[in-house]
Amino acid sequence: MASSLLDKVWNAHTVRTLPSGQTQLLIGLHLVHEVTSPQAFQALRELKLPVRMPARTFATLDHIIPTTAQQRPFADEVAEEMTVHLTRNTQQSGVPFFGLESGRQGIVHVIGPELGLTQPGMTIACGDSHTATHGAVGAIAFGIGTSQVRDVLATQCLAMAKPKLRQVRVDGALPRGVYAKDVILAIIHTLGVNGGVGYAYEYAGPVIERMTMEERLTLCNMSIEGGARFGYVNPDQTTFDYLRGRQYSPQGAAFDRAVTWWKSMASDAGASYDDVKRLDGSAMQPMVTWGINPGQSVGVSERIPPVESVAEPERPTHREGLAHMGFEAGQPIAGARIDVVFIGSCTNSRLSDLRVAAQVARGRKVARGVRAIVVPGSQLVAKDAEAEGLHEIFREAGFEWRNAGCSMCLGMNDDKLRGREMSASTSNRNFIGRQGSPTGRTLLMSPAMAAAAALTGAVTDVREMMR
Amino acid sequence: MSENARTQIVGRGIPVPGNDIDTDRIIPARFLKTVTNEGLGLHAFEDARKHDPEHSFNQKVYEGASVLVGGLNFGCGSSREHAPESLKQWGIRAIVGGSFAEIFFGNCTMLGIPCLAISQDDVLWLQRAIGRDPRQAMAVDVERQEVRFGDRVIPARIPDGARNQLVSGAWNPTGVLLEAGDAIEATAKRLPYVSGF
Repeated sequence: MASSLLDKVWNAHTVRTLPSGQTQLLIGLHLVHEVTSPQAFQALRELKLPVRMPARTFATLDHIIPTTAQQRPFADEVAEEMTVHLTRNTQQSGVPFFGLESGRQGIVHVIGPELGLTQPGMTIACGDSHTATHGAVGAIAFGIGTSQVRDVLATQCLAMAKPKLRQVRVDGALPRGVYAKDVILAIIHTLGVNGGVGYAYEYAGPVIERMTMEERLTLCNMSIEGGARFGYVNPDQTTFDYLRGRQYSPQGAAFDRAVTWWKSMASDAGASYDDVKRLDGSAMQPMVTWGINPGQSVGVSERIPPVESVAEPERPTHREGLAHMGFEAGQPIAGARIDVVFIGSCTNSRLSDLRVAAQVARGRKVARGVRAIVVPGSQLVAKDAEAEGLHEIFREAGFEWRNAGCSMCLGMNDDKLRGREMSASTSNRNFIGRQGSPTGRTLLMSPAMAAAAALTGAVTDVREMMR
Repeated sequence: MSENARTQIVGRGIPVPGNDIDTDRIIPARFLKTVTNEGLGLHAFEDARKHDPEHSFNQKVYEGASVLVGGLNFGCGSSREHAPESLKQWGIRAIVGGSFAEIFFGNCTMLGIPCLAISQDDVLWLQRAIGRDPRQAMAVDVERQEVRFGDRVIPARIPDGARNQLVSGAWNPTGVLLEAGDAIEATAKRLPYVSGF
């Protein structure tokens, strides 16, 4: 019988069926960071249990670290304390740790794929909702809370209910200036911010098949913003080419054997889906959010929709969005004034993102009064970008070039909006208060669009600025 | 019956109107800068409360309430268990809503907080009814999948797996997962990527 990747991965990792009816699912790769792990390690100590499979667990530091001066001890005492805790917890339990001095530190969802830790056919868990990112290589990857981090540390397993499976097909071909970020924002807008609850999303169709691995990472990253805890792309030649030669990828003859297994884990032709949705990539344009959840978006040439245009249950959030953002229904999104530009986050901080933004910025200047920062996703991304001179392009244009971390995506370090500042951000959430100021405002968009906004000081259709 | 069993929660309600109440709203990220869970309850809805003096979490009449009634897609966003933990420390023992974001739902279950879904019409009715009579106790019956307020019996839903865990008291699964013993390592060894291809 034809099966999906979800079926195959789920079956291969099933330890047993629990009395509750849930599956005891083995977790093949557990990624750990400083914010959601200290209480879990503490719980383990109280239970007097060791980390069950330290060799299948990897840790890094991303959420709280400063992206400017990184000398230890950090000026922020709590950030320092959290760093000390993670360092000690990983040392005591034998968990490999990519700290600042490793040269491999970065946002957990950037370094996993980059180091080849993330591989097709795996189950991957991490105490962070954007773990769905890793589904881009054909893994079942999902975010968990701290009690579940404790369970994975202690048992390498989780009690899970298998989700339903929806195929999201994107047909056609993307027009120039339209990127993976625009595709996922369009998907969330179309299917709704809670449309994916209870589902895993399998992204498919010609637009997805033509995407590079970094584009697929951007796509899968925001699955959770559409309510889907899991999102994946079936592994193919693009995946295998991406993984070849990475630090933790299988080497030599083992790599060829791995490819054979990886291919066997992809969804079979004729696999069954609980649901199929189709979107036309050819009709897409650069997307910009105007509201307070990632589904409240329009194409850059469009106007902010009136309250009456949405279904009744969505109207309170729609009104709240307009009020918080200070926008009027019917107003074009293009031309909205910007105070801050943030290019970074686990959604859009990889080398290809920085290249696109740098290409827009090259030879131009950040608009007066705009604060623009570029935060590479990892130390390796920073190194590669600097080798290409991207940091110089950004600096000459008036952007700040920072060190790797989560930064202004969620404002847990010093990188925050101030007051009601409006930000053009390549991150994944425009929730009220998300970027560190309770009254701050966030417009989500692609790196190309964010770079364009930095240069003009307003939401701008980047296609008009592309060379 | 286990002392952890969550068959039924009885207490006063507190409405949190609106849909898509995200975890950044429930507890802003700056309060996640901690290595313990101490004091999280003080920061539940902190920014929303500052912004809106009428926020239900500011109203004296709702002090001591233990059943939060929210709208659709409650708890969307981040996987931070700090969000349900802060509600728990504030005093919330059960949540009723139009629908729940999945990770939030799972985190609540792990803390022994049942989340039951009711229709959006019933959400609006219940929020108004609590507003009119905040001293009235309500019941969240996990076993029978219903919510009772006064004379009204509202049908509610909770997925079977979580319901079984809560009703049996086995919502903290560490022990039951450990019982699998060597089967865990045996499953791992069968995976080509664990054995080195």
